[in-house]
Amino acid sequence: MNSYYLIIIAVVALTTIFIRFAPFIIFKNGAPKIVTDIGNMLPYAIMMMLVVYCLKNVNFFAGNHSLPEFIAVLFVILIHKLKHNVLLSIVSSTVLYMCLLHIF
Amino acid sequence: MNKTTKEAIKDSLPIMAGYIALGAGFGVLASTHGVGFIYALLMSIFIYAGSMQYLTVSLLASTTSVISAIFMTIVVNIRHMVYGVAMLEKYSAIKKNKNYTIFSLTDETFSVVVSKEFSEDINKDEYYFKLSLLNQFYWIVGTIIGSLLGNVIPFDTTGIDFSMTALFICVVINQWEQTSDHLPAIGGLIISIICLLIFGSSNFLFPSIIVISIYLLILRGLRHE
Repeated sequence: MNSYYLIIIAVVALTTIFIRFAPFIIFKNGAPKIVTDIGNMLPYAIMMMLVVYCLKNVNFFAGNHSLPEFIAVLFVILIHKLKHNVLLSIVSSTVLYMCLLHIF
Repeated sequence: MNKTTKEAIKDSLPIMAGYIALGAGFGVLASTHGVGFIYALLMSIFIYAGSMQYLTVSLLASTTSVISAIFMTIVVNIRHMVYGVAMLEKYSAIKKNKNYTIFSLTDETFSVVVSKEFSEDINKDEYYFKLSLLNQFYWIVGTIIGSLLGNVIPFDTTGIDFSMTALFICVVINQWEQTSDHLPAIGGLIISIICLLIFGSSNFLFPSIIVISIYLLILRGLRHE
């Protein structure tokens, strides 16, 4: 075993665990109302941030002008609005995206 | 099989393809950097944070110091603290397997539980636990496939990571339809795009979280006047 590898993995794991538990440790005996209010609004804002994060490398001005991303995102919005079936939306749009990558 | 287990399996299916693919991607990356199967497996069991695991491989390959590793982990994973705050009320009420459920709150698991609406006959504690466990199981399966057979996968999997983007977009649409208050979502979108343009793709998450928090505080303040 490589002890350097084990130490770094342990350090990253413990830091990640600490981050994930921190809110529950800090607010162990109940959170003030301001924190729960923000906590109730955060999911909507943070999910938007994660979508932007997934599309962070999109560039309309270079390469294929990110047409595969653009088309696949429009498609997933459309099919999800129509069918409301998460699995169908994900599988169909991902297959479409993988095909588009070969076309453009 | 009880109803709760069925519901957990059903909700985990959209994550399955993405996690097996991303886990395999991680396994391949690890093996090409000389980080062996056992280390990749340890990371997927004990770190269980996608982008940080990808980064840890390069930390190991470049023999980074412990201090830098801690710093990088905080920068990359600080968003998980926000997930904890968002799930504070729901997860604090968990009686059984609470520690594992908190440990395994990844981006994708968060995206499922955050807007989950339960019917009467679902056991919430059990649902959270089983959904989290299934997701980590897919991640570990992917890791094993990637690190053992990485270089012999027969077809082109480029673009399969779009499944994560699609999942998040579905969640955004579901959230949008569940609420009549769209200001948090619109603000989150605009702030993230502005921060992306200003700070660039590798540094925009942290400033986005800060500005979003300030924005929500102001929004709350205005409404409580």
